Amino acid sequence: MELALSPEDAAFRDEVRAFIKDNYPAEMRVPNPETDLSKEQMLLWHRILHEKGWIAPLWPKEYGGPGWSITRRFIFEQETTRAGTMPPLAFSVTMVGPVIYTFGNAAQKAKFLPRILSGEDWWCQGYSEPGSGSDLATVRTKAVRDGDHYIVNGHKTWTTLAQHADWIFCLVRTDPAAKPQSGISFLLIDMKSPGVTVRPIITIDGSHEVNDVFLENVRVPAENLIGEENKGWTYAKFLLGNERTSMAGIGRSTRYLNRLKKIVKAEIPEDDPAHLEFIRDIARVELDVLALEATELRVVAQMARGIDPGPAASLFKIRGTEIFQDITELTHRAIGNDGLAIREHPVSANRFMPGPDYGHTASEKYLNSRKLSIYGGSNEIQRNIIAKAVLGL
Amino acid sequence: MDIQFTEEQELLRSSVQRLLRDRYDFDARRKIVASEDGFSRKHWAEFAELGLLAAPFSEAAGGLGGGPLSTMIIMQEFGRHLVVEPFVETVVVAGGLLEHAGSDAQHQAYIADIIAGSKLWTLAWTERGSRFDLATVTTTARRDGNDYVLTGEKTAVMAAPWADYLIVSARTSGHRHDRGGVSLFVVDRRAANLDLQSFRTIDGRRAAEISLRGVRGELLGREGEGVAALEACRNRAIGALCAEAVGAIGELNDATLDYSKTRKQFGVTIGSFQVLQHRMVDMFIAHQEALSLMQHLSLSLGDDEAGISRLASGAKSKIGYAGKFVADQAVQLHGGMGMTDELNVGHYFKRISSINIQFGDPAYHVLRYAQLDAAA
Ligand SMILES: Cc1cc2nc3c(=O)[nH]c(=O)nc-3n(C[C@H](O)[C@H](O)[C@H](O)COP(=O)(O)OP(=O)(O)OC[C@H]3O[C@@H](n4cnc5c(N)ncnc54)[C@H](O)[C@@H]3O)c2cc1C
Repeated sequence: MELALSPEDAAFRDEVRAFIKDNYPAEMRVPNPETDLSKEQMLLWHRILHEKGWIAPLWPKEYGGPGWSITRRFIFEQETTRAGTMPPLAFSVTMVGPVIYTFGNAAQKAKFLPRILSGEDWWCQGYSEPGSGSDLATVRTKAVRDGDHYIVNGHKTWTTLAQHADWIFCLVRTDPAAKPQSGISFLLIDMKSPGVTVRPIITIDGSHEVNDVFLENVRVPAENLIGEENKGWTYAKFLLGNERTSMAGIGRSTRYLNRLKKIVKAEIPEDDPAHLEFIRDIARVELDVLALEATELRVVAQMARGIDPGPAASLFKIRGTEIFQDITELTHRAIGNDGLAIREHPVSANRFMPGPDYGHTASEKYLNSRKLSIYGGSNEIQRNIIAKAVLGL
Repeated sequence: MDIQFTEEQELLRSSVQRLLRDRYDFDARRKIVASEDGFSRKHWAEFAELGLLAAPFSEAAGGLGGGPLSTMIIMQEFGRHLVVEPFVETVVVAGGLLEHAGSDAQHQAYIADIIAGSKLWTLAWTERGSRFDLATVTTTARRDGNDYVLTGEKTAVMAAPWADYLIVSARTSGHRHDRGGVSLFVVDRRAANLDLQSFRTIDGRRAAEISLRGVRGELLGREGEGVAALEACRNRAIGALCAEAVGAIGELNDATLDYSKTRKQFGVTIGSFQVLQHRMVDMFIAHQEALSLMQHLSLSLGDDEAGISRLASGAKSKIGYAGKFVADQAVQLHGGMGMTDELNVGHYFKRISSINIQFGDPAYHVLRYAQLDAAA
């Protein structure tokens, strides 16, 4: 399904397509980019996009965005995900960047935005804590003002790729006496500050993606406070909205679905009764994708006319993640007995893995994608949001 | 239909429980899995000492005559503790084949060593492209004097890197998918011309692909009738795996329920959210149904009832889906914690995923259940 495009937009689409084809680094085409690439390798594509001026489609032109219409942003998203390119680090470009240009002061914009665009700074997200997951407003990490510094103490957890990060944006409690939502501030912390410790958390797929981040008497210059003290919750919610709209993942699902079809064709002969079963299951997911894509296109068209989809964005998060989980599960099932095997992490090319290449990451993808319905606001929480804010229940 | 366990069976259960509680907590298991071998010979010796390796064998074969019910009791506890040692492969699968298809000489030559804990076995039946079909075999066996010579490839052979002996299915006549013409062979795992490529499995075990290029094998059972023997063997294996799954499901439900009563968000325990309550009710129901089917299957296996294959496939499918549902939800309800390697929940998830592949996935077995009905 395609958006009806003007000749100019169609030309733009062709330009994006050609650019990806000519410039996407071959080095980044590894079995599982999310776990198999070094930090430097992950940044290769980022740097290429930066040079082209395409690194931050969402950003206004004055801050270094390309100044695209909503339609073009959507085309770009579609083309890059369909082509299987690794998206630039969301924590930097999609999350903290917009917070800084929306709520930050001139000095903060000048200091941080260019470094986000160039890839010089790698950001991670310090929201969750052991006691505050779904209920983020209860964060307990404390920031106490001491002259022109804050002294920060606390424990952030599930911090994705903090092991690579130069900076962390944190929700910290600055007014313990206020109501939970009103005592929170949004603070930027240099990961090289004394008192910051990162400890790996290994997930069920064997990879190192998330971390604990301990903050012990970390001195943070007060100039790193975004906006006003105790207004952090507003900025945090703004950011979560950005996080969720980008979760439909149509391009990725379509690509994995096409791959799955090839795997089924290769693995299961047509006279095997399982073949029909897979064809049917795949068709079902394909219809799920089609319906979500149609919904996305409808919303994009509305947004182009200035209508804000609001909390309905939760729908994309729920369905996008459920669909991708279904696809990874079907893929794992399709490879049959080879699904018993899993690659060892860190990945080494010398380790034997049974079966054709296409199956080598099926187990880890299947396991890893269990996270999708948990993070970014769990799917239960998203349903609560729709129930309350859309249905008025 | 609730099983009233005999005193002997209760004793078996409590002794397995005690052993695993004392020696096989989650930390101990973690160390075993991370060790060079990937399993514990010491624990295997303890299983032997306790009589677990003898339990299901008939008295005539030197066992304790506990049959499928003793397997069920043991495997349920093994499922609770995520035991990695190859009990199913050695005792239930290979041991069962030796007992039911083997000659007296083979009983004497092999079963005593299994019971004593001195030899490990596994079954090599799957091939590239065979998926879950026992009759799809391209490995060949050619008669050579009193022996046979085997050539072919076997895939995803669980526990092969640990095994002393393999039972290998190979074709003595017929074509790739023919039911007839498949025979079983005992092969020394360290035999000449046998190559092993090992890999780790999602549930923390070891498996291997095996290449046979002219490997000597000893016929087990009647030539050309291997598929029937394998079907009976798979039914017993399903009985064991279903019991293991039920043990794992029970642990996941307990863990999730406990967690939901202690984990607080929004100022209340997450167990107070009705949507999660209903989820846990469904998990409870799934466990109850799985437990009942498991008992029904084990009793029927003991009586060797007609239609047992159909029931085994039905149970494998139903309990497989139940396990998948419970495992998915247990991870989901634990939030980020459910995703960690540190917590046991993810490891139960992975064991259940692996059970759902071994000897056929739930989709395969529901179809087989339907087809066997049509044939009846
Ligand atoms: C792989 C991964 C990466 C992550 N990356 C980051 C990161 O980079 N930065 C960061 O800050 N965080 C990150 N997170 C954290 C993530 O946002 C949290 O895990 C998530 O918000 C859930 O919180 P929790 O884990 O504490 O679960 P809990 O909030 O304890 O929830 C447990 C269960 O209860 C349910 N539940 C809770 N409240 C309700 C309710 N009101 N109604 C119904 N059900 C409810 C949840 O849906 C869940 O099923 C990551 C998590 C994962 C797994």
